[in-house]
Amino acid sequence: MSATVSPIREPLITGHKNYHQITEDICAPSERTPSLAWVLAFIVAASFLAFGVFCILWTIWFGIGTWNLNRTIGWGWDITNFVWWIGIGHAGTLISAILLLFRQKWRTGVNRAAEAMTIFAVICAALFPGIHVGRIWVVFYFFPYPNTRGPLWVNFNSPLLWDLFAISTYFTVSLLFWYTGLVPDFATLRDRASGLRKKFYNFLSFGWTGAAKHWQRFESLSLVLAGLATPLVLSVHTIVSFDFATSVIPGWHTTIFPPYFVAGAIFSGFAMVQTLMVMTRKVLKLEDYITIEHIDSMNKIILLTGSIVGVAYLTELFIAWYSGYIYEQFAFMNRVQGIYWWAYLGMMSCNVLSPQIFWSRKLRRNVTVTFVMSIFVNIGMWFERFVIIPTTLARDYLPSSWSYYVPTWVEVGIFLGTLGIFFTCYLIFTRIAPVVAIAEVKAILKSSGDQYAGKQTHQGLSHSQQTSVHEPH
Amino acid sequence: MFGLYDDEEILLKAVKEARDKHLDIDNVYSPFPIHGLDPLLGLSESRLHQAGFVYGAIGTLTAFLFMTWVFTRDWPIIFGGKPYWSVPAFIPITFELTVLFASIGMVVTFYAVNGQGPGVTNPVLDDRITDDKFCLSFDVTDSDEGVDSLKAFLKESGASEIRTKEI
Repeated sequence: MSATVSPIREPLITGHKNYHQITEDICAPSERTPSLAWVLAFIVAASFLAFGVFCILWTIWFGIGTWNLNRTIGWGWDITNFVWWIGIGHAGTLISAILLLFRQKWRTGVNRAAEAMTIFAVICAALFPGIHVGRIWVVFYFFPYPNTRGPLWVNFNSPLLWDLFAISTYFTVSLLFWYTGLVPDFATLRDRASGLRKKFYNFLSFGWTGAAKHWQRFESLSLVLAGLATPLVLSVHTIVSFDFATSVIPGWHTTIFPPYFVAGAIFSGFAMVQTLMVMTRKVLKLEDYITIEHIDSMNKIILLTGSIVGVAYLTELFIAWYSGYIYEQFAFMNRVQGIYWWAYLGMMSCNVLSPQIFWSRKLRRNVTVTFVMSIFVNIGMWFERFVIIPTTLARDYLPSSWSYYVPTWVEVGIFLGTLGIFFTCYLIFTRIAPVVAIAEVKAILKSSGDQYAGKQTHQGLSHSQQTSVHEPH
Repeated sequence: MFGLYDDEEILLKAVKEARDKHLDIDNVYSPFPIHGLDPLLGLSESRLHQAGFVYGAIGTLTAFLFMTWVFTRDWPIIFGGKPYWSVPAFIPITFELTVLFASIGMVVTFYAVNGQGPGVTNPVLDDRITDDKFCLSFDVTDSDEGVDSLKAFLKESGASEIRTKEI
């Protein structure tokens, strides 16, 4: 399967690397002693994690009463954070699966870290449904297992149960996909290590040898897992949106929710990928593998999905007006002008207006601008979920039940704790595993390395080099 | 006995030559998948995806039949005025379990047929095969007469190193 290299494609690997240099560069971060920056970051992340664990224990010990939820506002920061985290996870699967099916070569530079991010984000997300039920010690009632209460089964018709299945499946499949990709790279680390380290990586690498038949099966497996993960990732946020859309609450009961949630999920996920990648490439000195070209491509996706989300917001407003249904109209007027107007403003400005700067190629390729924008989008997407959940619940059908919800320190603490879990896991990941998929980068070297591809060198490329380049699987 | 090559293109050429000379190649090891190698080695297409389809179908049936049994036989309950057997509501979970069964089944099968798994140690011919060397190996015994000609072949086809290792 030879591919012709387009002369206008930017190289994805810079610095005139050869295979050995790729191994050296990508293995290096896990082989040297951690830098001061890593240690400091780890201490901060672990402190947040510890505080989060304390707040979770506080919630379990004293009960959900430690949160400011009440009779009408049954979902507050907990479900806001849940949806936010699960959305962030989506970018990893998009990069690893959907871009694999579309044969986008730039995915190889960022897919490993993005998939890791998916897994950690789903862990953070899954925490909230687990604790928000209150009696966490009977949380296994979620699962349909033969029990002594009849057996009484769970309600398979409930979107909340679909959500449980969707997220469990999503986590499992993401983990399998990620780990399968890691195995050949763990083998690389194993063959460079000695002593205890070798034993450790020997265990992790599952006895990988790189035999031709194994690679063939590996590619077949990757392709099918990608094919399965693609509808899966679309289904997961669709089902998350069903949690809202199948209810009878004005402002939630809309058919636009599934596509709008999926676009928002990809949008926020890519923002988080950018946040992590900008830092990772700098700290681990991987600028030759996670290039400006990668950042540019991801900013284009942020621009696209941000605009889709913007259209969805405006459509919602229009349809609310057009429906002629006063409760629906009130729900949306309340979002824009009600007590939480500042959240709506934050959502609109961070998600819809600010990404528009990425129409400029210069700004798309600016690392500082990208970093600041990624934080903006993360904040904006958090506000989006906050706007949908507490704003709607704070003004329900019965004005005597109207209230104003602010989180307690426990709720804020659990959110900070999930940030701690996320970054602690990510930091450990950068120490143990190759942050860039070594084997996949090697496979695209001859089509995307800067000595082979790009405007400048293409003229001098001989025919034999052109026809012998290989596509990543 | 095996030869180590510095580039996958030299290796591909060597494999082609070996095939033309009807040499009995034991295996090829590489740091990343090489396209165009499988037909040269006479490897048939992997049937892993067919296994995946079967696992997925098992998942579909398990989910759908289980929910059907629960809501029509074991404990019928009316939810929201809908029929007991409310098929559209079963679709999400049926889909999720299809994906789950197919994925787990395929990954387990993959490692099982590869002879890999947590803690498994397979013999490694050379540590640099997972780095930047491409290895073409032949199964020979000490008494073999063809050893010298094999060695000559490896050298001629551009191997940068030729070594023997007992496994």
